[in-house]
Amino acid sequence: MPETTTRGPLRVSVTVDGVAHTDEVEPRLLLVHYLRDRLGKVGTVVGCDTSNCGACTVHVDGHSAKSCTMLAVQADGHDVTTIEGMADGSGWHPLQTAFHENHALQCGYCTPGMIMAAADLLKHNPDPSDDEIRDGLEGNLCRCTGYHNIVKAVRAAAESADAAGAPSATTEAGAAS
Amino acid sequence: MTGTVAPEETAGEVGRARLRKEDPRLLTGQTTWTDNVALPGMLYCAILRSPMAHARITRVDVSAAKDLPGVVDAFTGADLAGSWSTLPTAWAVSDDLATPPHLPLATDKVRYVGDGVAVVVAESRYAAADALEAIDVDYDPLPAVVDMAAAQADGAPLVHDDVPANRCFTYREDWGDYEATKQGAGVVTVTRRYVNQRVIPNAMEPRSVVASYVPATDELTLWTATQVPHFVRIFLALNTGWPEQKIRVIAPDVGGGFGSKLDVYAEEIIVPVLARRLGRPVKWTESRSEGYLATIHGRDLVQEAELTMTPDGDVLGLKVELTADMGAYLQLLTPSIPLLGRYMYPGIYRFGTHSFSCQGIFTTKTPTDAYRGAGRPEATYVIERLMDDAAAEIGMEPLEFRRRNWITDFPYTTVVGLEYDSGDYEAATAKAQEIFGYDALRAEQASRVERGDAVRLGIGISTYTEMCGLAPSRWLGRTGYVAGGWEAASVRILPTGHAEVVVGTSPHGQAHVTTFAQVASDALGIPFDDIDVLHGDTATAPIGLDTYGSRSLAVGGVAIMKAAGKVVDKARRVAAHLLEANPDDVEHVAGTFRVKGQPGTEKTIQELAFAAFAAHDLPEGLEPVLAADAVHDPDVFSYPHGTHLCAVEVDTETGFVTIRKYAAVDDVGTVVNPTVVEGQVHGGVAQGVAQALYEEAVYDADGNLTTGTMVDYLVPAAPDLPPWDVGRTETPSTTNPLGVKGVGETGTIASTPAVVNAVLDALRPLGVTGIDMPCSPERVWRAIQAARTGGAR
Repeated sequence: MPETTTRGPLRVSVTVDGVAHTDEVEPRLLLVHYLRDRLGKVGTVVGCDTSNCGACTVHVDGHSAKSCTMLAVQADGHDVTTIEGMADGSGWHPLQTAFHENHALQCGYCTPGMIMAAADLLKHNPDPSDDEIRDGLEGNLCRCTGYHNIVKAVRAAAESADAAGAPSATTEAGAAS
Repeated sequence: MTGTVAPEETAGEVGRARLRKEDPRLLTGQTTWTDNVALPGMLYCAILRSPMAHARITRVDVSAAKDLPGVVDAFTGADLAGSWSTLPTAWAVSDDLATPPHLPLATDKVRYVGDGVAVVVAESRYAAADALEAIDVDYDPLPAVVDMAAAQADGAPLVHDDVPANRCFTYREDWGDYEATKQGAGVVTVTRRYVNQRVIPNAMEPRSVVASYVPATDELTLWTATQVPHFVRIFLALNTGWPEQKIRVIAPDVGGGFGSKLDVYAEEIIVPVLARRLGRPVKWTESRSEGYLATIHGRDLVQEAELTMTPDGDVLGLKVELTADMGAYLQLLTPSIPLLGRYMYPGIYRFGTHSFSCQGIFTTKTPTDAYRGAGRPEATYVIERLMDDAAAEIGMEPLEFRRRNWITDFPYTTVVGLEYDSGDYEAATAKAQEIFGYDALRAEQASRVERGDAVRLGIGISTYTEMCGLAPSRWLGRTGYVAGGWEAASVRILPTGHAEVVVGTSPHGQAHVTTFAQVASDALGIPFDDIDVLHGDTATAPIGLDTYGSRSLAVGGVAIMKAAGKVVDKARRVAAHLLEANPDDVEHVAGTFRVKGQPGTEKTIQELAFAAFAAHDLPEGLEPVLAADAVHDPDVFSYPHGTHLCAVEVDTETGFVTIRKYAAVDDVGTVVNPTVVEGQVHGGVAQGVAQALYEEAVYDADGNLTTGTMVDYLVPAAPDLPPWDVGRTETPSTTNPLGVKGVGETGTIASTPAVVNAVLDALRPLGVTGIDMPCSPERVWRAIQAARTGGAR
């Protein structure tokens, strides 16, 4: 880890959605601002300033993390997956498909974070109950859907992963970790 | 007609549960939120906001900020005072309305915590934020004005020096003689005081503004997270004197609004003025806690209500006296919000008289303005709580009491003169009761009371209606609004046979691109997949009045129908010409034009579109291209209605309230897309429940917002809310060709009283006769304790 007292720019090397980046950053630069303002990965958004809303959720080495609560320098040497890296060559991630098919988004602002958090949830609990889905998404706020269809979509994604014989709807990064 | 139309029963697109065209970009992060806009040379702006609720500004010094690395410039309110004028208020609701000046940055006094004082522009977000710390402001503190009653007292400090008693306006309207209804033999009068607390809208996308300026031509492109790009364009021009035709406003992807983006904000003036002054693009994006101060709040009324009825339970008259908190200044619609509900207080009931009065009061708090439902949830909260309280007063089952008093024959002219065109309250209620399992829950409730269970069950009812489809322009004019309520659409068939629909509404989650394509597909006979909808940019959709008030389909959808009808008529003339027939003999069925009775003689709309584009052989006098514009101005409002039933479990030892079951049956007229309609109901109900149980913007005695972040203000997460059991009935509106009524606000309007009625229903056997929102564990527990010790209110 870099020294926290350092004031000058620090070098970070981060892999984001499979692409390696090396940059000089201010030590205080938030990971989400590094992603958005430096790398142009604007699929990940900021919804609050207190780590409550989860709109900025990404995966760091396969685990969900709120990128507004991490410094870019803390991601040094790590592998970050954003919503933009969830679809692979063969198409959408099962959660993206399930959100679409179950009308689990309206304005869509919370959706990237919600999908990233849900992917982490399913990795740890491939067959969650509705209550477990609600508890698992506690750190992600949505103002449009009343959560009903989000719960439905996460359950559908879990079931589609089951049907496909996959262990769970994990991300590529998650599966690799 | 009543009954659910299953998708497979409909031949056309309307009624079909289409998946959304909007989703692919949103699901994959390929979005254009305003804060995503990045331009060469773009600067970042940050605004210094007052930490005091009320103070005279004696000095503002930005010089140290200007010297910081990365800072391009910094300005006080006085520096920029010549660049703008007072922010607009669009509704002159009364002759006595006080509209004190509201400059984008304060110069003389600050009037709420969050009032803008100075602005810095820097090369990065972080440098701009740092520079705020270097601005030096001297304040001469004045007493805060927090409580509305205290604000009106003799000698109360004045928010605006020339507004006596802090009274912004008074309004009164009477229908019949309410007081006379008290005279009858045995008349029962029920008097209640309800508090509709201040809430924070919390659209998930914070507000953001980006301005790009071309000095050579004085052209401005403004991206803003708004529901109302057309309003912003007009009012920016009026505010600054900027030629309107030089301004292009773009509302790109907008992450929720709920009324909080139905406004013209200081930053929508400040940012373009800075871009023009500095000759470089400028961006401002609020943080969430900044938004809690600088973006409007909702509700905040004290509601005194009184109902008279016969001893048998027939309602006679209704009296409502409102005191509404304006906050420190009037935003775009602030004074009109409590009044927008004035015709809705009688709800669905056959009152003979109604007396309505309202006063608006200035306080040193964030301005209030439209929040989902805007005045109508407030009205429904009063009437639906009052109906429960009145039923309890005479010991009648609350659903029976409503049934005894609601309207059964349509059209029906209510006591306030609105004509409800259609509806079926009995059908919606019966369906809700069935979904809910009303009788079984009532039986369980009784058995819990009987055995003295510590966890009580309560059942809450809300049988609501609302006025949607804002709004007939003539009505708006009569009530003092500056603009109209029409909506515009253009339909054009491209040379390749695909279609573009351009609309003047501006969605932020409502699925207009999908549902409007469905409407256009049926009208034109062009496949759903071949139609796209353009919106939210004054350059591509120059005519429009934007999105609010459940108007987009009820008003804008009709404009699409009208424009498509013109295109079809034109296509018919081209077809008749090519088929050598009389236009009256050419019929249009699902995109094919054929001469009646002559099979084989036909042209598709795609063929006709190309023929009209090529224009080689058109009828004499017919202009090329299959395209048409239409503007629809509604004659009347539309009136969706429904029955919401809520069962709560109340732990009498902790005061904790859990929703056991929630059933919503809404009748929004014809449904274009049942999935989208259900989603609107889900989200609306969640927002109304949130007000009932969780949310409150709290100020301390010094005027500080103590619920200033998402840590302190409880926006419910998934575990805080139950699944929603949603059904519907369909009684098409008779006043528009689509038969639609509007759905964007129904859930929020219906649910708040349903939940609070349920809580009180659980507590009444314990002697509790009233409770305010949010029904937090503490408040519920205290109400129970007060009742036990004889202090029940």
